[in-house]
Amino acid sequence: MNSPGSFYLPAASSTMAPEVDALLQFIVVASSILFAIVVFGSFYFAVRYRRRKGSTFTDGKDHNVRLEIVWTVIPSILAFIVFFWGFNSYLKMNIAPANAIEVKTTAQKWFWQFTYANGAGSTNELVVPVGVPVKLLMSSKDVIHSFYVPNFRMKMDVLPNRYSLTWFEATQTGEYDLFCTEFCGTGHSSMLGKIKVVSDTEFRDFLNAGSALGTGQAPEAFGADLYKSKACFTCHTTDGTPGTGPTFKGVFSRSEAMSDGSTQLVDENYIRESILNPQAKIVSGFQPVMPTYQGIINNTEIDALVAYLKSLNTGQ
Amino acid sequence: MNTSSESNYLNASRGWKSWLFTLDHKRIAILYFFAIMFFFFVGGVLALLIRTELLSPKQVLVGAETYNQLFTLHGAIMIFLFIIPGIPAILGNFVLPLMIGAKDVAFPRLNLASWYVYMLGSLFALYSIVTGSVDTGWTFYTPYSTTTSGSVISMTLGVFILGFSSIFTGLNFIVTIHKLRAPGMTWYKMPLFAWGAYATSVIQILATPVLGITMILLILERAFGIGIFDPAMGGDPVLYQHFFWFYSHPAVYIMILPAMGIISEVISVFSHKKIFGYKAIAFSSLGIALVSFLVWGHHMFTSGQSELAAMIFSFLTFLVGIPSGIKMFNWMATMYKGSVSLESPMLYAMSFLFLFGIGGFTGIMLGALSVDVHLHDTYFVVAHFHYVMMGGTVMGFLAGLHYWWPKMWGRMYNEAWARITAVIIFIGFNLTFFTQFILGTKGMPRRYYTYMDQYQPLHAFSSVGSYIIGLGFTIMAVYLIHSLFRGKAAVKNPWGALTLEWTTSSPPVEHNFELQPVVVDGPYDYDRIRIENDQRIYKEVKMKSETETKVGL
Repeated sequence: MNSPGSFYLPAASSTMAPEVDALLQFIVVASSILFAIVVFGSFYFAVRYRRRKGSTFTDGKDHNVRLEIVWTVIPSILAFIVFFWGFNSYLKMNIAPANAIEVKTTAQKWFWQFTYANGAGSTNELVVPVGVPVKLLMSSKDVIHSFYVPNFRMKMDVLPNRYSLTWFEATQTGEYDLFCTEFCGTGHSSMLGKIKVVSDTEFRDFLNAGSALGTGQAPEAFGADLYKSKACFTCHTTDGTPGTGPTFKGVFSRSEAMSDGSTQLVDENYIRESILNPQAKIVSGFQPVMPTYQGIINNTEIDALVAYLKSLNTGQ
Repeated sequence: MNTSSESNYLNASRGWKSWLFTLDHKRIAILYFFAIMFFFFVGGVLALLIRTELLSPKQVLVGAETYNQLFTLHGAIMIFLFIIPGIPAILGNFVLPLMIGAKDVAFPRLNLASWYVYMLGSLFALYSIVTGSVDTGWTFYTPYSTTTSGSVISMTLGVFILGFSSIFTGLNFIVTIHKLRAPGMTWYKMPLFAWGAYATSVIQILATPVLGITMILLILERAFGIGIFDPAMGGDPVLYQHFFWFYSHPAVYIMILPAMGIISEVISVFSHKKIFGYKAIAFSSLGIALVSFLVWGHHMFTSGQSELAAMIFSFLTFLVGIPSGIKMFNWMATMYKGSVSLESPMLYAMSFLFLFGIGGFTGIMLGALSVDVHLHDTYFVVAHFHYVMMGGTVMGFLAGLHYWWPKMWGRMYNEAWARITAVIIFIGFNLTFFTQFILGTKGMPRRYYTYMDQYQPLHAFSSVGSYIIGLGFTIMAVYLIHSLFRGKAAVKNPWGALTLEWTTSSPPVEHNFELQPVVVDGPYDYDRIRIENDQRIYKEVKMKSETETKVGL
C-alpha cells in the first residue's frame, strides 16, 4: 500500500493515495498518446508538406465524416472513463468509515490546533495512529484555510462559518508535511504543520500525556516547548531579526515605542495582554495581525512563556 | 511599393485630437494597443520580480507582504488589463470590420467610449497600487478580502469599471457581425476569427454583469459593513466563490476563443489550404461559449460543496473539453497535404498547438475529481493556467500580431529575428512552467512566499526559464519598434491570404476599402485560388474532366 513515490509524486502514504496515483498515471499515459498524435502529427505535416516553390493550388478536401466521428468518439470515451473513475474515488474520499476516530481541527492565522476526544490537544502537530481511519472535523476562526497533506493526496478547505469534514487512513508511520493551501495572508507560507503517524501504543501514550503537559519541567524549558508547539515561532524569531511580529530576543524589560505614539515597558503584564488581547497595544512598525490565544493557552502556559522570554535576556 | 505618399488611416489626419477623438476602429485599436502593451509590460516585470524572489526560500528582494502584493498585482493586471481585452480590443477592433468588408464597427462612438472606460478602470487600479495596494490574490476571496488592510475597494471598483469596456466591445461586435457584413458574405463565408469574436462577445455580454455585481457587493461589505460574504457579519464566503467563478470561468473562454479564431486563420493561410471542418470549428466555438457558463464549480471541488454538485460540474467540464480537442484535430488535418510555410506567425501557431495541447490535457487531470483534490491550489494549477493562458491566448495573440502587423502599420518586421524570438519564448516558457507541473504534483502550494528546501532546485530552474522569456519579449519589442521606423514597406497581401482585409492597401485607407467589396469566394478557397503579386489567380476548370463528369451523370 505504500509506494515510494517517483520523480514527480511524493511517497503515497494513505489508503486513498495509490488510487489517486493510478488515475493520474492513466491520464498521463492516455494524454501523452493523444498529444503525440495531434501535436507531433501537425509538426510532421508541417515538414512533410513544407512549401517548396511559389504559390500553388492545394487539395480542397475539407471534411471526412468517418474520420471526424473517430476523433470525437475516442476522446469522449476516454473522458468518460476518467470522469467515472475520478468521481468514484472522490466519493470514497468524502465518506468517512464508521470506525474513524475524530479529531477537531481548528485553523487560524497562522497555525493549526488539534483537539482529541479526551481533551488532549496539540498545535501544528497532528498525531495519529497508523492503519486507523481518522476523521477531521474542521473549522476556521478567521478566514478560509485549506488542509493539505501531499503524501495522503488529501485536501479540504477550512471555513469560518461551517464545519467541513474529511478523513484519511495512514498506511506508514513517519512524519508528513501539512500545508495551508488557501491564501490567508502574510504568514500563509509559514502555516505549516506535521502529521505524525505512530503505532497504536505510542498514540495512546500521547493521548494520556496530552492532559499533563509541562509537569516535571522547568518553566523556561516548558515555555521553549510552547514557543514551538503553539506556533509563536511562525512570526517571532529569537535571533534578533524582525518577522511578522517583533523578535523575542532581549524583548523582556525593554521599552518599546507603540504605534499610537506611546511608550510601553515590556513586563509580565504586557506579555500576558499581548497573548490574550494582541490588538490592544501594537509595537510601532508592525501590523495588528496576531490572533488571540484566549482559550488556547492556560495560565500555567502563560507563566512558562514569560519565564522563557526572561531566559532569552539572561542567556545572552 | 512605397505607400507613404498615399493616404491611409495613419496619415489621414494629424494632431493629438485626431487620435483622442477618433471614431476610426483602426485608430481605436492602436490606442488600445499602446495602453494594453503598457500593462503587459508592467505585468511582465512583476512576474520577473516574483520569480526572482522565489530563487531562494529566504528573502531575496522583498518581504512576505510585498510578495503577496506582487503576485496579486501580476494576476489582476495580466487578467483584467491585458489578456481579457487583448485580442478583442486590439486585433478584433482592427481586423473584424475589415474582414467582413465593413467601413467600421456598428457603433463607433461606443467603441471610443470603451477605450476611455478602459483607461478610467486602469486608473482606479493604478490608484489602488499607490495607496496601499492589494494582497488578496486576483480572485479577491472573502472573508480575507473583506478584512485585510490595503486598497481593495479601488482595485475592485477598477475591475467593475473595466467590465463595462468589455461589454461595450462585445455589444459592438455582435451588432457589427449581424448587420454590417459585405454583400455576398453569408454566415458560412465569414472567416473563423469572426466566429470566434462572435462567441466571445456573447460571453462578454452575458457573464461580465455578474462579475460587476459581485464586485459591488464586495465593496458594499467592506465600505458599509453589509454582511454578504463575511461570516462575522452573517454572510457566506463560499457564495462569493460561486459568484466570482460564474463570471471568471466563462472569462477563460473570453480569453481563449478569439485566440482559437486567430489560429484557424493562420494555420489555413500559412498552409495555403482550405480549413478542415469549417462548420465544426465555428459551432464548437459557440458550443464552448454556452457550456462554459455551467462549469464554474470545478474551481471549488475542495470547498465542501455537495458531492452531487461536484459530480455535475466535473461531468460538464469534460463535456466542454471535447470541442477544444476537436479543433486540435481539425487544425492538424488542415495542414495535411497543404503547402506549409513556417514564417513567424505560423511558428507562434505551432507553439500554440504544442502548449495549448499540454494545457488542455492537464485540464483533464484537474477536471477528474479525486486527482483535483491532490492538485488543487498547488503549482500544478499555476502551470496549467499559464499553459492555457500564455501558451494558448498569448501565443495566439502573438501569431495574430505578427500576421496582421504589416496591415496595421504598412511595415514588415525583421522576419529572421521574429523566428528566433518565437523559438526563444517557446523554450523559456517550457523551462519555466513545465517545471511547475512537477512542483505541483510534488505538493508545492501556490501563493507561498517561502517554501521547504526540497522544492528549491525546481523553483530556481523555473526562475531561470522566466528570464529567457523576458529576453524573448525584449528582442520582440526591439524588432517591432524598429519596424515602425525602418521596416520595409508592406505589400497589400504579403502572406497570400484570401480574407478581405488583404484586398485593401497596407495600411488601409481611412474608410477601409476604395469600393464596397462584394464577396464571391470563400475565405479559405485555396483549392481554386492563389495569390500572385497581390492578384487572385483562379484555377482553370478543365473542360475535358467536366465533360467526363457530365457523361458520368
